[in-house]
Amino acid sequence: MRYLPLTPDDRRAMLAKIGAPDVDALYRDVPASANVGLSVFDLPDTQGEMEVERALSKLAAKNVAAGAVPFFCGAGAYKHHVPASVDHLIQRSEFLTSYTPYQPEIAQGTLQYLFEFQTQVALLTGMEVANASLYDGSTATAEAVMMAQRVTRRGKAILSGGLHPHYAETVETVAGLEGKMVRTPVTPGVAEDIIALIDEDTACVVVQSPDVFGLIRDLRPIAEAAHAKGALLVVVVTEAVSMGLLESPGAQGADIVAAEGQSIGNGLNFGGPYVGLFATREKLLRQMPGRLTGETVDVEGRRGFVLTLSTREQHIRREKATSNICTNSGLCTLAFTIHLSLLGEEGLTRLARLNHAKASALATRLSALPGVDLVTPAFFNEFTIRLPVAAAPLVDALAQQGVIAGVPASRLMPHEPQAANLLIVAATECVSDEDADALVRAIEGALA
Amino acid sequence: MSMNNQGRPTAIDGIDSRRRTVAPGTVAPEELTTISGDRGLDHEEKLIFELDHGATGVDIPDVQVSGDRLGGMRRAGPIGLPGLSEPEVVRHYVRLSRMNYAIDSGLYPLGSCTMKHNPRLNEKMARLPGFGDLHPLAPQSTTQGGLALIAQLMNWLEKLTGMPAVAMSPKAGAHGELCGLLAIRAAIAARGEKRTRVLVPESAHGTNPATAAFAGFTVDSVPGKPDGRVDADALKAKLGPDVAAIMLTNPNTCGLFEGEIVDIAKAVHDAGAYFYCDGANFTAIAGRVRPGDLGVDAMHINLHKTFSTPHGGGGPGAGPVVLSERLAAFAPLPLLVADGQGLRLIEDMAGAPQGAKPFGRMCAFHGQMGMFVRALAYMLSHGRDGVRQASEDAVLSANYILASLKDVMSAPFGDDGPCMHEALFDDSFLEDTGVTTLDFAKAMIDEGYHPMTMYFPLVVHGAMLIEPTESESKESVDRFIHVLRELALEAKAGKTERFAGAPRLTPRRRLDETAAARKPVLRWKKPEPAAKEAKEAAE
Repeated sequence: MRYLPLTPDDRRAMLAKIGAPDVDALYRDVPASANVGLSVFDLPDTQGEMEVERALSKLAAKNVAAGAVPFFCGAGAYKHHVPASVDHLIQRSEFLTSYTPYQPEIAQGTLQYLFEFQTQVALLTGMEVANASLYDGSTATAEAVMMAQRVTRRGKAILSGGLHPHYAETVETVAGLEGKMVRTPVTPGVAEDIIALIDEDTACVVVQSPDVFGLIRDLRPIAEAAHAKGALLVVVVTEAVSMGLLESPGAQGADIVAAEGQSIGNGLNFGGPYVGLFATREKLLRQMPGRLTGETVDVEGRRGFVLTLSTREQHIRREKATSNICTNSGLCTLAFTIHLSLLGEEGLTRLARLNHAKASALATRLSALPGVDLVTPAFFNEFTIRLPVAAAPLVDALAQQGVIAGVPASRLMPHEPQAANLLIVAATECVSDEDADALVRAIEGALA
Repeated sequence: MSMNNQGRPTAIDGIDSRRRTVAPGTVAPEELTTISGDRGLDHEEKLIFELDHGATGVDIPDVQVSGDRLGGMRRAGPIGLPGLSEPEVVRHYVRLSRMNYAIDSGLYPLGSCTMKHNPRLNEKMARLPGFGDLHPLAPQSTTQGGLALIAQLMNWLEKLTGMPAVAMSPKAGAHGELCGLLAIRAAIAARGEKRTRVLVPESAHGTNPATAAFAGFTVDSVPGKPDGRVDADALKAKLGPDVAAIMLTNPNTCGLFEGEIVDIAKAVHDAGAYFYCDGANFTAIAGRVRPGDLGVDAMHINLHKTFSTPHGGGGPGAGPVVLSERLAAFAPLPLLVADGQGLRLIEDMAGAPQGAKPFGRMCAFHGQMGMFVRALAYMLSHGRDGVRQASEDAVLSANYILASLKDVMSAPFGDDGPCMHEALFDDSFLEDTGVTTLDFAKAMIDEGYHPMTMYFPLVVHGAMLIEPTESESKESVDRFIHVLRELALEAKAGKTERFAGAPRLTPRRRLDETAAARKPVLRWKKPEPAAKEAKEAAE
């Protein structure tokens, strides 16, 4: 087997040193009833690299890659162009095959980029501090709600109806164990009245902007109302590029920002791995979950970086930890920070404007089709249209014609009758004029 | 192999660390102060913010949006991101990368973390557009290959563990623990019972008690025995109608197989509780022992440990959870089913098949697909025979290290029989030397090694947990043993100079962690103009 360096001679010599007759002797503590032979496993035997590559390529070929067709799916995962140098750099052995920087003297590379990442995330979200990432946007949102419960010592969280339903379910699954979760009604394209629900028992209000339909929300009045009742505002962002063009959550009064960073540097990967961005105010720092990197000096007085404030974490605090989280999303974090470094202020701003321009032009064309309405008056690179027919079968039919038209809202919220005809359409910089033409023609044809 | 007659460490064949000579009248390397501050191939690197000069590393058309539809929420001010061209960005990260230790560059014996070889085939496969460029919410008719890959991986995990079901969405080991405990919580609720206590051995990973508390349980610690195993009698005595589960790592964190596990599982089940197994150490037994045969009800599998998906500087992980018949119905959404039209994801409670009672959802979408592709590529490459051989080689190498070092280092359980995939030492061999476990580990860094896991498990004083994995050749392991022997002998001989203040040959030396925690600096801030000018004036 090509990955195993020991030869039969090596194994014999090593057993002799150990004083064991065979390898079975090393497993002598395993109960006899559980010591099984190879034949028990109904699985294939070793294969060469070429055979494995062939088998997996065959599976991959059964899928329609986003880049292969006119493609308009978003709803929490976005098709963006990732510069070639990003993927090259993250595959450097020293990044790819290292672990958590427990030994800072030989992990300054990882620690420094995490420090830079934390700074970039804090700037982008308009917050004071950010951690070294969580698993993804949805789990970051759940952590944000639990942090708010700790900070306020209250149990109730109000989840906006515009929050991505997968995110809401993730929050309810963990934060709902001990606290009450209230979801506001789904109001596509309209900001619901969430302020009226905030009371003295409320730990936090969770609002996504742009929301799952693409609607941009004004968070300032919600922040004000929440703060007046001693509650926190948790802002969720699923499209990180939007922060290049929109007022930051921090500037609008957010106390915690939980965002999905996939859009920057990371591929679609059929849903993961992604990277959760998590930022907050400095005064809440010690209630924050996840890893943090901090600046310090070495014994010679040179600047260096270490993991810090680990007294919050599970390996020190055990059952009293702020979270059970052990890993961050290291390599995805690296991809994010490299891509954002390549973009810089100018690149990100241009990218965001280009996204908005593409989406705006497409929204105009689609809503001009007979029977099609634009549901979201304000949006970034994703908007929702109401079709005169059910969206899901239409999307399936268009997929057969080689156009992936978007995400039918009913896939995310099958219980909402009003969602049946809604189609969520994302248009990033990857959408060419031909792609847009293809979508408009396809929908026009299907509705004719 | 021991001290030679000058009392200096014996060099390894072919490598004489003392052969360097400095010609008379020239400067010895360690005496040289460079003008640049860099030292040959070792470059200092500023923060990317300090390299900002308003450039950009991408060419994106400058589209002006007039009459935007942003609802009046357009950003008013700049973000403050640094701007660099592509070559500058590439150089920055390449220089940073060179400050890291990695498996590809050396043995990485970090116990409990399983730093094995990461085949590049796996990377290539994960980047096939059909996987890497596949949207999680694309129409399911266009993602059948992706779903088939998940189904294949599920089959492998179920067969290797002897368990009937697996929840694929957990994003890391600790997330998998949470998934398992939430399934247990749901199963108990479905029986109309309330059980609040979870038993956790004192040797457990910190994530176990943290997860149990996170899932709303109280944690009750179970003591260990002098032989490094959990005290089964103490554990059984703690069982009762309020006990929801035990969380047991097997092989355990001392690197030992819990021989009484079948008996423990039976007692747990008889008491109406569930057996959560922390699968962090599955790499020792994969292909030889099926957790299902041990009575396990739920176990997470760290794909980044046992199945070689890269650790990536601390993630992303992936932690699918295999479930017993008793827990299978409670697996979280989404569920993967096969019907007349092929494979299909059930993403909503309403669509759940008869009998399924999902406890909720662990995350958006359906798990760490990028890691699934890598893990399956690894499994297909190894095959069942290779998986078994890999486990055996990992165990063999650990025992070889134990046998080769236990005369000079202290192995608290070394005389009680074989270990599994990791060899555990304590610091009693350093007693009265003035050298601590930390010093010993840092001296290993100067010798070109990443240290072992230190001070874990907590049940052993000054623990050093060494996991060589199956990826090291005998020559590599022999060299490692030689270096550790010599270090141990030096420490015992009172020659402690190399330990105090180690490491010396690294991009940074010991860092002040206390200062970092006392006054946390967690981000770069633009220097105040006044302070900057004053600094420049002072220079």
